[in-house]
Amino acid sequence: MHDNEHSSHHEESFISKYIFSLDHKMIGKQFLIYGLIMLFVGGGLALLFRWQLAYPERPLPIIGASPQYLEEGEVVTGADRMWERIYESEQEEWLEVNMPNGVVEPAFYNMLFTMHATIMVFFVVVPILVGAFGNFLIPLMIGTRDMAFPILNMLSFWLAVLAAIVMTIGFFVPGGHAAAGWTGYAPLSSDPQWTGVDWGQNLWAISLLIQGFSSLVGSINYITTIINMRAPGMTFFRLPLVIWSLFIVAILLLLAFPVLSSALALLIFDRLAGTTFFTATAEGGGDPLLWQHLFWFFGHPEVYILILPGMGIASELVAVFSRKPIFGYRSMVYAMIAIAFLGWIVWGHHMFQSGMRPGLGSVFMTTTMLIAVPSAIKTFNWLGTMFRGSIRFTAPMLHAIAFVSMFVIGGLSGIYMANTPVDIFIHDTYYIVAHIHYVVFGGSLFAMFGGIIFWFPKMYGRHMNDVLSKIHFWLTFIAFNCTFFPMHILGVGGHMRRISNPMQYEFLQQFEGMNIFITMSAFTLGFAQLILVFNFFWSMYRGKVAEKNPWHVNTLEWEAPTPVPHGNFGQIPTVYRGPYEYSVPGEESDWIPQADPEHAPATSGD
Amino acid sequence: MMETHNNSGIRDRQPLSNARLGILILLGAETMLFSGLIGTFLVFRVGNVTWPPPSHIGIELPRAVTGINTALLLLSGYTMFQARRAIQKDLVKQLHKWLLLTGVLGLLFLGIQGSEWGQLIGKGLTLQSGVYGGIFYVLIGCHAVHVLSAVIWLFIVFGMALKGRFSAARYVGVDTCTIYWIFVVALWPILYVLVYLF
Repeated sequence: MHDNEHSSHHEESFISKYIFSLDHKMIGKQFLIYGLIMLFVGGGLALLFRWQLAYPERPLPIIGASPQYLEEGEVVTGADRMWERIYESEQEEWLEVNMPNGVVEPAFYNMLFTMHATIMVFFVVVPILVGAFGNFLIPLMIGTRDMAFPILNMLSFWLAVLAAIVMTIGFFVPGGHAAAGWTGYAPLSSDPQWTGVDWGQNLWAISLLIQGFSSLVGSINYITTIINMRAPGMTFFRLPLVIWSLFIVAILLLLAFPVLSSALALLIFDRLAGTTFFTATAEGGGDPLLWQHLFWFFGHPEVYILILPGMGIASELVAVFSRKPIFGYRSMVYAMIAIAFLGWIVWGHHMFQSGMRPGLGSVFMTTTMLIAVPSAIKTFNWLGTMFRGSIRFTAPMLHAIAFVSMFVIGGLSGIYMANTPVDIFIHDTYYIVAHIHYVVFGGSLFAMFGGIIFWFPKMYGRHMNDVLSKIHFWLTFIAFNCTFFPMHILGVGGHMRRISNPMQYEFLQQFEGMNIFITMSAFTLGFAQLILVFNFFWSMYRGKVAEKNPWHVNTLEWEAPTPVPHGNFGQIPTVYRGPYEYSVPGEESDWIPQADPEHAPATSGD
Repeated sequence: MMETHNNSGIRDRQPLSNARLGILILLGAETMLFSGLIGTFLVFRVGNVTWPPPSHIGIELPRAVTGINTALLLLSGYTMFQARRAIQKDLVKQLHKWLLLTGVLGLLFLGIQGSEWGQLIGKGLTLQSGVYGGIFYVLIGCHAVHVLSAVIWLFIVFGMALKGRFSAARYVGVDTCTIYWIFVVALWPILYVLVYLF
């Protein structure tokens, strides 16, 4: 049988096994490490500007100059010596330009929040949730040996690396990195005279174009694989929900990213070739609003690209650890399809303040509020799944419950914002910042943490340390809420986002204490992630060795031996039932694997 | 376990091979890329009462020549289709002939368009001529880049055909190239009508 030649053991060089690997599992792990590294870059940027918000124009801890040095020029600390050396050197040092004495400059502040969001959206959440989990899980969970196009798969990862390198170079070019916000609104982004940023913004656009190619190649691969390569018996309605979510997300990425690419190309022409697509001029110029339309036509589907895989992962975890079938499997699928579809016709709700006919605003308001319906279906289904289940409060389950709870908070604030009159009041305030973080951190990242702990035994053959995982969870959960919940209050109080020094406004001075509290929580949140990273790498070598199916899960990835060999399965499994047959009445065991031909006839899924 | 439980068993059930399906999915992305650019064009076209804007009076897009060029490109779609039919009937010599003809038509299209661009630039319509010139060159240029990559792809397929890589039983390479070529050809009349005639 020709299949066995794939799974037979053959030695590979270090480079073809770990670097230019064609194996979907290795590429998934590469995306995971890549995303975790970028998570720390993006988080570090956030801590820098959080310091400035809490203690405006005061030197940063550790690397900032001491008060004695600032007042009398007396060198006291090591940091003082560093600054002394920087000021004495002939050329303009990077630190001197961006944060003299360790104080974040306003222009640097703009760059920090722009790059924080850019990195988190394009280089952390998508690479991990879609790149890592998609690559690792799709072939394993649909029961095949690899992706449809392994070479394109490798290309997808290395294009993402190239994009990250280009994006990183942007920090060090003269004029600094992009500073027009992650949304890159024109004319801030299209004309260097407004931000003073020259090549930073160009590299930002070029990097995102490269990331677009990476996503394109990846999504073609995902869609083809899921349509064409499912194991015998794996009908569409027997697919695990996480695979459904990745399938839908791949379609969204495929169709949404090219629109951003067209906008980025026009932006690059504006900046480098002298066109005026996004600048109104007397002689047949363009329109700054056009950028917003193109960006948000991509940007809103992108929001669902960020959250849908989280929903998929949470669905797996909730069902497994409640030991119950997922409540309303088909409605879960249809709800995701509905969310993905509605995501295309709501982009105008980002632009209520930009100038829009009130009638058109009402249309966008209505379509936006409609999204609450499928979202509520999903939420009630998760609750219905947990209801009267034998819930096991493992670390992944804690993350899944946190996902559901935080998603509800983020989703509800979204409904307020969908109202045009409310949005006009809270537009561009910290309320929006709170909302996006409740969805993307409270939602996507909690699902991501849960997913990492849950699939770690299959990825590395060992368990992550349970105590450390739980400490990490509780610290993260508490610090997360302390960081982002008060932002709702700041926002309603009129605290604008994207200002480097709120204390210059009298009406914001009352929020100084709250800003300090948020910053302290943010630092705690940041340091809590070190526990995760330590646990991750420590467990890779020292964790408890995992058996084949430690959580007693039905889906196919747990049929493969641990660690999963090249080619995944000795014999491609045949699927007999849906993925969530837990606690089937009359059965001795509380789980029936999808590939199990014995036991009760299929009840769900078909 | 039965023999049919392996991947080759699955392949028999696939209505479309991975490569064909992959290229069709790619066209979804291409469509959205052009939707973004065509949308941009329409925003400018509909947003301006006079088109071309008053500052460009005297500049006429070469409608007639481009009309002939459109016919050439549509013809190349037909020849490409014939190439695919030839290999389906295992007529390798015919495949060579039709592929070469298609490639020449594609190059001809690009050549004529290039010379027209040269004349337009000479008349003063450049990328910097407001959004009128800008979107003209970006949108038409984006399509030209696609034609160029399709031509390169086609000549790679032609080279493979000369080496006898294709037969009636095995012509995925011809098929995927045909799908892409037909997309590029079918897109052009839309752009011609919108940009040159509308």
